[in-house]
This record gives sequence, C-alpha cells and structure tokens, in this order.
Amino acid sequence: MRTALLAALAVLGFAATIAGVHAPGEPDAVTWAGLLLSTGLAAWLVQQLGDAATTGWRALGAPLAFGATLLALWEVLVVGFEVPMALMPAPSAIAARMLVSAHLLGQDFAQTFLKAVLAGYAIGCGAGFGVALLADRVPFLRRGLLPIGNLVAALPVVGIAPIMVMWFGFDWQSKAAVVVAMNFFPMLVNTVAGLAAAGAQERDLMRSYAASHGQALWLLRLPAALPFIFTALKVNAPLALIGAIVAEFFGSPTVGMGFRITTEAARLALDMVWAEIVVAAVAGSAFYGLVALAERAATFWHPSIRG
Amino acid sequence: MRSNRLDAVLPVIAVCTGIVLLWYLGAVWLNWQVVADMQARAGNAPDLAQMLSLTLSHARPLLPAPHQIIEEMWRSITLPPITSPRSLVNHAGVTLSAALAGFGIGTLAGVLLAVAIIHVRALERSLMPWIVASQAVPVLALAPIVIVALGALGMTGLLPKAIIAAYLCFFPVAIGMVKGLTAPDALARDLLRTYSATRSQVFWTLRVPTSLPYLFAGLKVAVAASVVGAIVAELPTGAQAGLGARLLAGSYFGQTIQIWAALAVAAIVSASLVGLLGLAERAVARRMGARA
Repeated sequence: MRTALLAALAVLGFAATIAGVHAPGEPDAVTWAGLLLSTGLAAWLVQQLGDAATTGWRALGAPLAFGATLLALWEVLVVGFEVPMALMPAPSAIAARMLVSAHLLGQDFAQTFLKAVLAGYAIGCGAGFGVALLADRVPFLRRGLLPIGNLVAALPVVGIAPIMVMWFGFDWQSKAAVVVAMNFFPMLVNTVAGLAAAGAQERDLMRSYAASHGQALWLLRLPAALPFIFTALKVNAPLALIGAIVAEFFGSPTVGMGFRITTEAARLALDMVWAEIVVAAVAGSAFYGLVALAERAATFWHPSIRG
Repeated sequence: MRSNRLDAVLPVIAVCTGIVLLWYLGAVWLNWQVVADMQARAGNAPDLAQMLSLTLSHARPLLPAPHQIIEEMWRSITLPPITSPRSLVNHAGVTLSAALAGFGIGTLAGVLLAVAIIHVRALERSLMPWIVASQAVPVLALAPIVIVALGALGMTGLLPKAIIAAYLCFFPVAIGMVKGLTAPDALARDLLRTYSATRSQVFWTLRVPTSLPYLFAGLKVAVAASVVGAIVAELPTGAQAGLGARLLAGSYFGQTIQIWAALAVAAIVSASLVGLLGLAERAVARRMGARA
C-alpha cells in the first residue's frame, strides 16, 4: 500500500517537473525543488522495491522503477538546461523523431536485421554446428580446430568487414558474410564442448544397447549438448547485430541502420541516431529473448531451468 | 609426457597447414579472372606456371597470398621510422593506447560497481537486470554518438576512443566480478562468522580471493573487446591514425594487402594482450596457492 502511494507520488512529481521544464521561459526554483523531491521519492521507491523479497513478475518492479526514473531525469535535465541536440537529445525528442521517421526506420530495420542479420546468423550458426558434428566424428580435426576456435575468440573478427564489402559488394550479402564469420567459431567451440558433455554412464548404456553412432548422437549426445548450443545461440545474437551494423560503416547502399547512424551522426542529427539505437536495442533484446524462450522450451529438463 | 605434447600440437599444426594451403588455392582461384583479363589485354598468353606466379604476386589482389601479407607487414613495421604515418607500429600504438586506457577505465568502473552492487541490495535488484539486458544491445552502435557528443564538448583524440573501449569492457568485468564476489559458499561465510569477522574482513579475506578467477575470465573478454572498441571507434570519425583508420583507408583505396596486414597486426595485438592476462592469471593463482 505504501509502495503504491510512493509510486503514485513519484510519478506525479516527475510529471509536474517535466511539464515545468517544457513550459516556455526559464524553469523556476520551484521546478528544481520539485525535481529534487521527486528524485528523492523515486530513490526511496527503488529502495523499497529492491528490499521487498519478491519473485516472478513482481521482481521486475525495482528495475522498471529505476529505468523510468533515469528516463525522467534525462528528460528534465536535458530540457531544463537546454542541452543542444548535437550533444544529447531529450527522450521526448527521440520519441517524436521515431514517430516522424517510422517508415525510414522500418526500411533500415528490414535491410540490416531481416536480411543481413538473420541470413548471417542462420548460415554462421548452421556452419559452426555442421563443422562441430564433423569434428566430433574426426578427433584429429577436433584437436586441431578447438585451440584455433578459442584463439579466434580473442581476435577482432569484425575487422574483416572491409574485405567482405570488397568481395560481396555493398548490399546486405557482405554484411551477412561478416555475421557468418563472427558467429561460426562460438558455435563450433560450444557445440564441440556440448557433445562431450554426456555422461560416461549414459554413453555406456547406449553402447550396451548396440546403438549406432547416429542413434547415440540423436538420442543422447545432442540433447545433452543443447544447453551449450543455446549458450552459443544467445552469445551470437547480439554479435550478429553488431557485425551487421559495423560492417555498414565500411560502405552500404543508402539504407541500413549502420549507414543511417554514421550519416546522421555526421550531420549532428543525434535524435535520428538515438532512434536507430532504440530500434537496435529493442531488436537485439527481442532477438535474445526469443532465443532464451526457445531455450526454456527445448531444455526444460535442465537443472538451471527447473530451478 | 613428450608424446602427449606432440599429440596436442600435431593436429593444430596440421589444421593450420591445411588453412594456409586452402588460402593459397583461394588466392589463385579468386585472382585468376583479374590476372587473366589483364594478360589478355596485354596480348600475352602465359602458361600455367606464369599464371600461378602472377596470381600470387598481384598488387591489388582480391585475396592476397599469405606471403604477400607477411611481406607487407615486414615492410611497414621495419622500414619506416616508428613515428612515420606509414609505420604499422605507429598505428598499432595509437590503437593500443586507446584500448589500454579504455580497459583501465572500464575495469575500474566495473569492479567498483560490482563492489557497490554486492553491498547494496536495492542496487542489485534495480541495476543488475539492466546490466544483463544491456548485453543484448549492440553497444558498438553507440560509438558514433559518443564521438560526436564528446567532439561537441571539444574532446578529440584518445579520450573518446578510450571511453568506447571502456564501455565495452565495463559489462564483462562487472558481471564476472559480481558473480565472483558472491561465489563464496555458505560454509566459508559461516566459518568467518564464527570467527566474528567484520564485514571488511570477510570482503578482503574471503570474497576478493574467491572472485579472482571470475575477474580474470571477465578481464580476458574485456581486453579483446577493448581492442575491438578502439578499432571501431576510429571508423566513424575518419581518424588519421590507428588500425581502424588503416582498415578504412585500405578499403577506400582498394589496398587489400594493407587491410590484411592491419588485420593481422590487430589480431597479434589482441591475442598477445589476452595471452599476457593468462600469464598474469597463472602467476596470481600460483601465489594464492602458495599462501593457502
């Protein structure tokens, strides 16, 4: 009850302060005092929510309150101090830009995410998985590939972007190629590790049933490897988005999220850049979330899911 | 023992040799058309051996042969003085200093935040989900914003690049450190409680030593990320120096050998940083083992 009252007060306080800074003329002392008061209330609220022992959906209260407070503070400070657009646009300006340029943002999203990221992700993860199956059959190959795969994790793979642009042209194919290169090795290393994860007893049991290599793989070792494979799929999701966006810095058709970010940043139109970032952040989190949901559905038996 | 080491090294050598062979084949195959066209225009009819040597020594090949890349690296590392803009050492130094500065800032910030998070419960509840969620966000897309915003404040050169690198370093270190600082099991904590240890004693004698392996795992990810961050930060500004600038210039002027040489140097820098951290980790582990 007290928490609800606190939340209502904090929301009211921030609403009043935001209205205060948006009103014409210099914001007066009352507005700044209101800001201090609302921030204090919000901090108290976050503290209350964080200390309450909650589970499930209610555990989202503290992070949501924290995020909303930051957003409100950002709005008030940027508008109140008249920070220039070239330095930091206000959230309201970004939201307005997103509404106005929704069509353009949609085109960029289709070019970068739906074409380059998804194609590259599917091919890269698929190829890594396939080579891992092969390496599993040929121990010599596995012992040779694993150290190289671990080494590649330490390398700036995204640097091959200019070469891929040269080979595959400016369009999305070159971006997909960069994504393939970035996704291949995490998938390879994780799948190989996962295929070795099945216990010796279970493997002996399969052998006592005279199961063929394929049967043991399909019935025992692939299911046992699923948590590892999903780890790679989750690691690769943001990597794919980063690869596609950065590859567009090296040349692209006049559409795409990376292209828009560089050109609009050069024109100091930071509201558009932030709008693209918001799209990228939402797309990246949603992509990751979908993979995590698929993981819960596919590895329901794993201790980390059953809790 | 000896044969064990041979068993481990032989497959790696074999696979590397295979990659180099495939690379040469790929270079011949990819450059064949260009060279053949050029020779036909010049009215020459080279035989196979000549074609092979021509495809492997083309000045602007689609795929340069490994020996061309090594030659270019050797030329641009040893010949020009280190301060000259043609020296790869100079470019690598510019990128390395930004990456290391960012690594330092990011690690410090990450460790401090982790310490704050384990001591303030509300902070963990409210902040930790955002830190984890931000892992799924393509952070590097922020690079142009940071550069432009800091440029508007009159900050150019090393600092904006270091900040981007720091931003990339921050998350793996913070997450690893929180995991590590909360890793001590209940038994060890109970033991310290029976000794009536203070909070700071628990922190220094139990939490910090337990967290070190987690910290090093985070640091290795972070240092590789800091090199990527420094390189990418050089892209949107049209920087004059640095490995990223070298990549960009190479891609504008079609200098493929230069791109590959810069990539190879970036790979060497990054791999040696991770290797150094591995050595440091081993040294620390040995000291802790000796103390226990």
